[in-house]
Amino acid sequence: MCGIVGLFLKDKSLEAQLGSMLTEMLVTMSDRGPDSAGIAVYRGADDGHRKITIQSPNPDEDFKDLNKALGCEVERIDTHAIISCTAADADKIRNQINENPNLRVMSAGDAIEIYKEVGLPNSVAERFDIPKLQGTHGIGHTRMATESAVTTLGAHPFSTGPDQCLVHNGSLSNHNSLRRQLAHEGVTVETENDTEVAAAYLTWKMQEGANLGEALEAGIQDLDGFYTFVVGTKNGFGVLRDPIACKPAVLAETDQYVAFGSEYRALVNLPDIENARVWEPEPATVYFWEQ
Amino acid sequence: MEKLDLTELELRSVNETLQAEGDGSNKAFEINNPRGSHAIAVGLDAPITVTVKGSTGYYCGGMNKQATINVTGSVGPGVAENMMSGKVVIEGDASQYAGATAHGGLLVIKGNASSRCGISMKGIDIVVHGNIGHMSAFMAQAGTLVVLGDAGDALGDSLYEAQIFVRGAVKSLGADCVEKEIRPEHIETLSRLLKEADADAKPEEFRRYGSARQLYNFDIDNAGAY
Repeated sequence: MCGIVGLFLKDKSLEAQLGSMLTEMLVTMSDRGPDSAGIAVYRGADDGHRKITIQSPNPDEDFKDLNKALGCEVERIDTHAIISCTAADADKIRNQINENPNLRVMSAGDAIEIYKEVGLPNSVAERFDIPKLQGTHGIGHTRMATESAVTTLGAHPFSTGPDQCLVHNGSLSNHNSLRRQLAHEGVTVETENDTEVAAAYLTWKMQEGANLGEALEAGIQDLDGFYTFVVGTKNGFGVLRDPIACKPAVLAETDQYVAFGSEYRALVNLPDIENARVWEPEPATVYFWEQ
Repeated sequence: MEKLDLTELELRSVNETLQAEGDGSNKAFEINNPRGSHAIAVGLDAPITVTVKGSTGYYCGGMNKQATINVTGSVGPGVAENMMSGKVVIEGDASQYAGATAHGGLLVIKGNASSRCGISMKGIDIVVHGNIGHMSAFMAQAGTLVVLGDAGDALGDSLYEAQIFVRGAVKSLGADCVEKEIRPEHIETLSRLLKEADADAKPEEFRRYGSARQLYNFDIDNAGAY
């Protein structure tokens, strides 16, 4: 199954509540997937800082004095830490992080932060204090694992490019061949997970110059299997379902927001939902919004 | 009118209340605050009337017998799945596989229905005021599907003996589904169903689709393949 929620705010006055709204939506979807949960939040895109979210299985040891070692600000949140640096230093810091195999990069970019762990949405949200997070848009996922093991790294969202992330309900059947094709293009995929391949595919398409909508459009041809994807970029939010469209999806739009839920249940507490345009996204049809 | 509020009562107790009504009952119930919950008003077996005020999740009105169920909002996947008799009316839209495998009764969807509407239907009548999605009436065996709007791809794929009437455009027909002539008995069926479904359309405006019967009949020339 898996449960997906997403929220793309048009009304700035709601930004302070992004984390709490997303958490509530995701907790409602808990019974669609008990294995792991994750949330991507976009905030502070224009504050001039580059952010790298890292995770460690031994945070006490690995995050101790990391700020001194890297020479920049490190904010620890449970098993994760957000490293803030200048754009000029980002590559250097990323190389330093890669020297410690315990440290895993969850995401990097101007706005994105990803928090994900094994467990139910409410426990994951609590560990990382997600309800307190403000932001412009965000995506949440609760996983019922099929294609790879139940681990932190197998949890969604997957981020394979700056400020990009993808969550998935379904399973891809051509992820191994696509992984090999991407390797030929110099794109590496870190885990055995099928969803990460889809994320890397979209990253590659966008590196080649496509915008989010064009990358998703190309995905209809090249990605085989069952999927409902929700995708985030620095200023964008996209939804794509495969041509068979078995995996459920509901979109709602008002003047204040665009919201996605695997089920309508996830949307019932959103402001003015009674008057929102609520619809089921069409199969093989790209939906995307940009700020 | 007995009111049942799903913010105060467990879904199971609401369904038990409805299921406890016996054969002779004609009671009316109103269910408030459905908030997209699953399996609302399932397994009913009495000629009662249930009005759901709002939108529901999966399988609303599933396995219904005799009851009339009205939903003022939209419904999730599998509305009236395996209905045996009675009537289910949706004011809004229906998600995928509406009326799947249902043996009888009438399902009316006043908005649009998405993919696989009437999949494997076995005797139910379905009237959709709007459009239906792809793969609708897949392997449909008996009953009637009436669509006032358009139909998506692969309508009636691998169809058995269900009848399909569409007023709008059909994006494509599935394997072994063909257009057929409309005879007086079809006009009669359509008139009756359109009236029961409160649908504003004339029977003459529809086209009929049915099985070419090439796929499911054993052909002696193919005996060697077995």
